[in-house]
Amino acid sequence: MELGQMQGRLAEFTKSLYMEGILDAQFLQLQQLQDESNPDFVVEVVSLFFEDSEKLLNDIARALDQQSVDFKRVDAHVHQLKGSSASVGAQRVKNACVAFRNCCEEQNVEGCLRCLQQVKQEHYLVKNKLETLFRLEQQIVAAGGSVPMAEMTF
Amino acid sequence: MENGFPSTRNDSFPAGLRVLVVDDDPTWLKILEKMLKKCSYEVTTCGLARDALNLLRERKDGYDIVISDVNMPDMDGFKLLEHVGLEMDLPVIMMSVDGETSRVMKGVQHGACDYLLKPIRMKELRNIWQHVFRKKIHEIRDIEGHESFEGIQISRNGSDLSDDGHMFCGEDMTSIKKRKDFDNKYDEKDLGDHSSSKKHRVVWSVDLHQKFVKAVNQIGFDKVGPKKILDLMNVPWLTRENVASHLQKYRLYLSRLQKESDLKASFGGIKHPDMHLKDPAGSFGLQSSINTNQNDVANGRFQFSAHKLFGQDVNVKIQEGDLKGIFSEHMPDTKKTLNADNPDPQETSSHMSFDHSFATLGSEVNYEAFDCHIWNEAPKIELKREHKPLLQLEDGFSQLPPCAPEHHVKTDKLHPVPSVTSGLSLTARDVSGPIKNEPLYAEYQGNRVSHVSPKKCAIESFPIQSKGHMVVNHQSYEPVSTAISSMKPQGFNLSCLTDFDYCQRNLKASDSTLAPFNETACLLQGDFHNKYFGLPNIEFTDCNDPSFIAEIPVHWYDTLTSDYECPLDPTEYSIFDQGLFIA
Repeated sequence: MELGQMQGRLAEFTKSLYMEGILDAQFLQLQQLQDESNPDFVVEVVSLFFEDSEKLLNDIARALDQQSVDFKRVDAHVHQLKGSSASVGAQRVKNACVAFRNCCEEQNVEGCLRCLQQVKQEHYLVKNKLETLFRLEQQIVAAGGSVPMAEMTF
Repeated sequence: MENGFPSTRNDSFPAGLRVLVVDDDPTWLKILEKMLKKCSYEVTTCGLARDALNLLRERKDGYDIVISDVNMPDMDGFKLLEHVGLEMDLPVIMMSVDGETSRVMKGVQHGACDYLLKPIRMKELRNIWQHVFRKKIHEIRDIEGHESFEGIQISRNGSDLSDDGHMFCGEDMTSIKKRKDFDNKYDEKDLGDHSSSKKHRVVWSVDLHQKFVKAVNQIGFDKVGPKKILDLMNVPWLTRENVASHLQKYRLYLSRLQKESDLKASFGGIKHPDMHLKDPAGSFGLQSSINTNQNDVANGRFQFSAHKLFGQDVNVKIQEGDLKGIFSEHMPDTKKTLNADNPDPQETSSHMSFDHSFATLGSEVNYEAFDCHIWNEAPKIELKREHKPLLQLEDGFSQLPPCAPEHHVKTDKLHPVPSVTSGLSLTARDVSGPIKNEPLYAEYQGNRVSHVSPKKCAIESFPIQSKGHMVVNHQSYEPVSTAISSMKPQGFNLSCLTDFDYCQRNLKASDSTLAPFNETACLLQGDFHNKYFGLPNIEFTDCNDPSFIAEIPVHWYDTLTSDYECPLDPTEYSIFDQGLFIA
């Protein structure tokens, strides 16, 4: 595939992520923060996020698995996850966390487990999408091209 | 300290602004660091609040502004905010993904100068320098305002400066001027660097206060004077004014403790839950809102202290209620008690016990403990105070000329002060009398506005009468300051060192006025002393004139409004004034 095509594909792909609400403007901000002094900034931040969030998801699963569930603790974890996902622009994950917190308030274990499933799903989705995005970028750079600065045209 | 920093900071403010970011989320920390660097700020990141506090304490002047997340595992962001405000007096910005009104309100109440919602935009970070700049301006204004109070013409520059602010001058004017010059010197050093100007306020740290107390004890409490103390303390950057105002507070504190103990003895436990008292948050909020505009620092402090006051424990609240109840019901009793105790001469022994306590307290780092202590004590003291001044007021009401709102404010201030400080006070005292007072102040203000207004005049008349007297003494510092300073500081210090610093700053302004309050003050002092220490009033022996004693409470009030040697902001006082009116 030639460079131009690759770049076109990347642009389309990125656009779809925004349109579907998987990513929001915060991700764009991150991309704009990236510069020559920090060419892998976005990748680094996203990696940090996934590292942290996976840990959080495990903590939440464990907390919900207890005989007597400590909802405050679960809520604290979810709140943290919400903040983290907001940092990278993982919009759907963030929204799933908001719904999750409502379940925590109701102190409903079943509801919480369902919410956790939802959050995990969204988390998995955004992770895959971003991996694809970075791969496309790498291919372009490897082919000698440059990744166009993202723009919010939609 | 500013000298150690790269000169770029001085040249192109806000570039080079030294920001400390605290957030437990590593992702956010990385993003914020990048964003701030893009704004050309100097960024330091911290994943733990504990580490952040250590960093801040190590380099007291090492940062210009702190940005902190609200939810952190090791320490609540609001708590960190309070500590920073008290100890370092830096602007703090809170951040959170949660933008609920109640949270934002809590942030503001704790003294945050801004509350940002995550995700944070670059443009929001670009403007954070305004908070640093604003604080700077307010400090300068405070200095100037303070000086104008004293009528000092700061025309000659540097001619009288012997060395770095070390002034051994018998004249107040020169000292004050020197202090201003001292501050000017700092300002000149960092031309254009608003973020690095040295703060003009003296923070009475535990060490510093211990030195002070040691010096006082060495000299002998009844022979003590600011100059002697300053000489003994041998702290080069400390001015005679600083010592004088601190001495005032110390004396007030001691006398307040005495009075409180006396009052306690005389009053039963009447419980009148006062709405104002019971709902510190509410009353405080009222006050805070009133006081909020003028001075960010003042506001922050005020709110902070008030918040702290009320946040302490339920006991305090109840006590406050008691105070109120007692106040309304036992005024006559109070008066009697007060009068009886008033004339007792103080003994050095009482003083010594104070000092001892102070020394002990000084070494304690556990503010929390103090807080609890103080709070429990505070209400009692407060109660006593309230009654006394009121009693006086009523008596003198007919004779008094209309008083300015300031006085009114002062009264309120006084009330809170005694209660707050009297408790354990020992350690708290040096920390910050003023802070405590303020929250109480707010409280009282709200409650008392209706009450006190007629009294206001009464109070005012007192100060007027004694003012002349006070002025004289003020110069020499010994008689007046003894009475007044002992009264004042008491309330503040108790709560906690950090609080005290905060209060101290705030109260300092009030301390300076020293308006004589006449009998009320005297009585209070005596009572507190006796009650608290079981010894005759120490303070009174120092007073050359019994009227001094009485004047002390007034002084308290006056301090707020009139000139004081303390570096506290006049603006803070005006805030109170406004508060009064609004209330």
